Order: sequence, then structure tokens, then C-alpha cells
Amino acid sequence: MQKLSAEKLQSHYRDLKNRKKSRLVIVHMGTCGIASGSEGVLEAVLSASEELGKSGVTIKTTGCAGLCSREPMMTVELPGAPPVKYCDLDGAKAKQIYAEHVLGGKPVGKFVLGAGAESLH
Amino acid sequence: MTKKSGRKQMTVSVCYGTCCVLNGAREVKQALEASLGRHRVPGRVKVTGGRCNAYCNLGPVVTVEPGGTVYGKVTAGDVEEIVKKHLVGGKVVKRLTIGEKPGLDSLPSLSDIGFFKDQVLIAMRNRGRIDPDSIDDYIANEGYLALPKALTEMKPEDIIDEVKKAGLRGRGGGGFPTGIKWGICRKSPGPDGKYVICNADEGDPGAFMDRSLLESDPHSVLEGMTIGARAIGADVGYIYVREEYPLALERVTKAIEVAHEYGLLGENILGTGFNFEINVVRGAGAFVCGEETALMASIEGEQGRPRPRPPFPAESGLWGKPTNVNNVETWANVAPIILRGGDWYASLGTEKSKGTKVFSLVGKIKNTGLIEVPMGTTLRQIIYDIGGGVLKDREFKAVQSGGPSGGCIPTSLIDLPVDYEELSKAGSIMGSGGLIVMDEDTCMVDVAHYFVAFLEEESCGKCTPCREGIRRMREILGRIVKGEGRRGDIDLLESLAVTIKEASLCGLGATAPNPVLTTLKYFRDEYEAHIYKKRCPAKVCKALIVYRVVADKCTGCQRCVKACPVGALAGARAQPHNLDQAKCIKCGACYEVCKFDAIAGDAIYVE
Repeated sequence: MQKLSAEKLQSHYRDLKNRKKSRLVIVHMGTCGIASGSEGVLEAVLSASEELGKSGVTIKTTGCAGLCSREPMMTVELPGAPPVKYCDLDGAKAKQIYAEHVLGGKPVGKFVLGAGAESLH
Repeated sequence: MTKKSGRKQMTVSVCYGTCCVLNGAREVKQALEASLGRHRVPGRVKVTGGRCNAYCNLGPVVTVEPGGTVYGKVTAGDVEEIVKKHLVGGKVVKRLTIGEKPGLDSLPSLSDIGFFKDQVLIAMRNRGRIDPDSIDDYIANEGYLALPKALTEMKPEDIIDEVKKAGLRGRGGGGFPTGIKWGICRKSPGPDGKYVICNADEGDPGAFMDRSLLESDPHSVLEGMTIGARAIGADVGYIYVREEYPLALERVTKAIEVAHEYGLLGENILGTGFNFEINVVRGAGAFVCGEETALMASIEGEQGRPRPRPPFPAESGLWGKPTNVNNVETWANVAPIILRGGDWYASLGTEKSKGTKVFSLVGKIKNTGLIEVPMGTTLRQIIYDIGGGVLKDREFKAVQSGGPSGGCIPTSLIDLPVDYEELSKAGSIMGSGGLIVMDEDTCMVDVAHYFVAFLEEESCGKCTPCREGIRRMREILGRIVKGEGRRGDIDLLESLAVTIKEASLCGLGATAPNPVLTTLKYFRDEYEAHIYKKRCPAKVCKALIVYRVVADKCTGCQRCVKACPVGALAGARAQPHNLDQAKCIKCGACYEVCKFDAIAGDAIYVE
């Protein structure tokens, strides 16, 4: 990466904002998530993506989603729809979510915590 | 009328996120209000400025609940159609709905869930959204946009004024106004350079705000520190993290590396000529090193022990140079303040405590986790609305704020608005933001004993009042929980507390008696029961309780016989069981498994 100037930073920001949106899978991996098994969830998502297809899908990890008592958690965000947060997950549930929601477009209601985004006030 | 009042209340939310407002959300809101008035529906339709839904490219966004219909790119001209067709006629205006939302209508909305609904995220603005290892993710979420503003458009004094205007106060617990602190350090002559330090030596039991911030969003701390360094005139920064936070260490170290590659740290930052380096120092995990002078001694390679102030770090800090120490959360608040302005930040909170505070909500509570709420949110809102109430719906007894330096706040103060002043009036402190919820099964003497024992271990031993005073307090409390409390112990504890508070060298000692003083203030009867009646009302202190089988209630199910780890329970199936008191270690395992409540954990007289 070339060092940024103030102007280049602004254009880099605009480029990033305008990136084409893909199907986003987020596994929340703060210490609390990892302690309650989010590594297994991530593994299941990765292997499901190998097995079932990963075209147009971005898988990423973030820190804690806040609600430690409901970890492991995962968020699925499809273009044009609000993000959906899942909680109390394990590998099998994560695989089902990947197949039905990420690829199939239909949220797995029974594992959903809630839909919508949190953001800066 | 009857028909109308029987209908479910509908809510129309107009997204008031920056992007939607830029796209004309204000006009849409005005048009909605006017149209609702014309159609006489305000009785069951509310117009609220909702929070950003993250459909930024489709704004202005209007949501209609129930049903969760989301309309995008709404113009003032579309409003009449939405109101007439949807709100009055009950039909969705298909041409304006956005995205495919298969099955989404039936899902619960995050904004209806108590845990998320009342939170306002500033320090934790990127939680769960960005990959902490991806600087691009941070930048895509307005990260590093405050930095060029601070470096090119603002003079250092302007930055300080903005932070003063925001009313930001130290989030590590002290609550000293951050802008004033920066101003003093800026004015302090530093011909050989100045330092800024990020205090990430989070040591309170049950607290993990700083850990999570560093793990989830390390660049927010780096950006805040760089802006602070520019304001103060520092060229080197340190982040002091405890070694027991491996993930935080790994992520913040990586973030510093990448920020260098992007030209956001190091020499000539963003081509502006400003230089700033950040180093990570690993702390060994001593509680006292969270005290700023001890922390600086530790960075210098000395023993982590505090020294008297003055001189204050702003005048003579790390290696004798002017130094500004702020906590992780304080730094994380800086960039949004610079980007959105001090007035915006100061619009949240109470008169003297502005903005938001991150708390780690733990203990006997349903929803444990990290929360960020505006200052002035009441304990009741935090515990019941956000926390979901006490585990197993037991009775709420107290909440411990501020860790070992804080105090226990009882049920009677549950409507206390949480800010620096109110907590201090109640005898506790804000601290770094630990909130430990306790239920009816918590013994307050035992809690005081726990914290004092923690502090006895963590006292550095440099000054006598702290080293000896806390030890004596722990000994007295240890006697009381063992049923060996004496008449006069309470007076002795109170007198020791005054001496320790007034004569200790640093904050560790000065606040150490708080857990004892607050429990004495609000739960004195529990101390008296332990000392005079040799009873533990919460049935916690092992020396003061006896488990026994109530023969006429016992069905002889043998669950307790199997659960007892020492074989103290015996008895044939369907026969009342016997508990051998000589073997019993009072672990409570039998009590937990007995579904008929035959084992009564009643505290009885020991004598």
C-alpha cells in the first residue's frame, strides 16, 4: 500500500464506500465469542462455503457483538436487506444458516436474534 | 372509535442518519407530518427520527412498523401515496419498497430487543461491523476521516477546544475533563518531546470494556491517540496493555503496523509533516499499574509503584517529560467528536457528564455483555431494560460499580441516573465501567471481603496506610465471615477506612475502603447478623450455615446422594436421607439438585 495523503485518503474512503456489496457473513470473534465456540462456527462456515459455493460471498470476522451471554453470534447481511444477527450458534446451525440464508436468501428464523443494524447515533 | 383503538399502533420511522438527511430525510419527515395531519392519523402513527439502518445508498429510508416495511429513496412527493395507501388503506406501496426481504417481515427487529434498543454506540460504533485486522473496513466506516480534519483544518488549540466543548471526561474512572488535561499538557514546555499514553491496564474483576475495544476496533484508539498527540504536541505514544490480553495485543500490534503502511502513523502522516509513533508495552498484570504514575514507572522499566503528585504527569511524566495518559475508551471517543463536533457529543448525557459510557454488565443478570448508554441512564434501565433483569427472576439486591475501588448500590437507589456525580453521591464511583449485578443470594459481607482480599494482594506496599490498613480490614472481615466477628469490629472497620482513604499515596488505597463503606452504609444489618447472631442472612458464608434434610419433605429420590462429592448423604430409595454433618463441606450441591426443597439451606445459630 502506497502511503496516503489527506486527499488520497478521502478518495480511498469513497472507493471503499462504493464497493460492490457482496453477501456478507460475519462471525463475531471477541474473546467471549472464541471462549464460547466461535472458532467452530467459523470453521463450519468456511467448510460450508467450500462445499456449497462461495461465489459473491464475503466471510469475515469481527470483535465482540456485545451480547456475550448469547455467543457464539453471527451476522448475515445480504445486499439490499438489513443485517440479521444469529445467536447461540454451533457448527451445525452455522452450516444450515449458510445454506438457507446466505445462499438461499431465506433467514433461518429459529436461530435469529434480530434484524437490523446498530450504528453511530 | 372502538375499532380504531383496537388496531395496533403503527410507527413510521424516518431514518435520520447523516446519509439519509443529506438525501432529504428532513423534507420527507416534514411532508409525513403534514400528510398525517391531513389524514387525521397521528393518533396511531408516530414519526420518529430513527437511527441509521445502513441502507445508506438507498436513503432517505422510511420504515413502517408493524410489518417492517422499508421504503427507500423516498421523496416528499411519495409521502402522500405512502400515507394514503399504506397507513390509511393498509396496503404496501410496492413501487417504493427496497431490496428483497424474503422472510424478514417475521423476524424480530434488533431495535425492538431491549438489549440493543437503548444503546447508543460512539466508542463502540463499529462493534460487530468491522474486521479489526482490516484497516479498509475501518476507513469504510468513516475511520481515519477525523484525522485529516485535525491535522489540516484545525489548530491544536481548536482540537482541544472541541474536546472541551464535548465535555468528554476520563473514562478510566477519574472523570477528569479530557480537554482541560490536554490543554495543561499542551502548555507545559517540552523541549525534548512529550508523550501520550493509552492506559489499557484494565484490572477490575469482571470488566472487559477496554479489552473488547482494542480487540474489535484497534484503529479507533490509534486515531484518537494521533489526534491527541497533535493537540498536545507529542511525537511518541505508548499503549500499555496487560499480557493477559493476547488477542488485544495481537490486533493492536497489527493495526499499528498497517497504519504505518498507509501513512497514518510514523513520519509525515498523510503528507502533513506531522510525526507520531506508537509503541505497545506489555504489562505484567498488576492492578496498581492502572494508576498513571505506577504505569509510567512500569514503562520506564521500574517497579510498578505510584509516586506522589505533584508533579503531575502533564508537567513531568514519562522519563520526566510532559505526558498525557488517557484510557482506551476515552481515546476511542476522540475521532467521532472531531468529526461530528463537540456540540453533537455534548447533546448526549447529563449536565456534568456528557456523552456515553461503556459498561460491562455481568453477574446475576440475564443479558451479560458490553453496553454503551448515554450518561444519565438509570440503573433500572440498565438492569431491567437492557440486562433483561436478574437471572432466574430472583430479587435484585445490589449492583457493584467501579470494581474494587467502587461500591455497592442497593435496590433503594435503582432509579439513580448513572453519571460521575450521582455515583459518587451514592458512595461509589464510575470507575472504568464494571457493573456487577447481585441478587438476593449474595452476601454483602462476603462481597466486601472478596474485594478487600483482592486489594490486599494488589497493594504495591509502598505506603503504610494502604499496605497495613487493607490487610487489617481483610483480617477483620475474614473473622466476621467465619463467625468470629467481635463487638466493635464495625467501628474498627470504619475508623480504618477513614485513615486508609485519607493517608494513602494513590488512588488504589484512597478508594480501597469503598466496598466496605458502601456495604456498611446500605447493608449494615448483614454485618450485625454475622457478628452478633452468627448468621449469614444470604446463606453464603460456609461457617455460618448448616445444611439439613427435612425428613417429612424428603421423598428419598437419591438425587442428592449422587450429587454429594464427599459422600455425606446416604439413604435408601424412598426413605428420608441422612446428612452426615461431620463430612459435609457445605458445597451446596445437594441444595441445587433437590427439586423438592427438602434440603433447607437455612442458616442456623452456630453456637
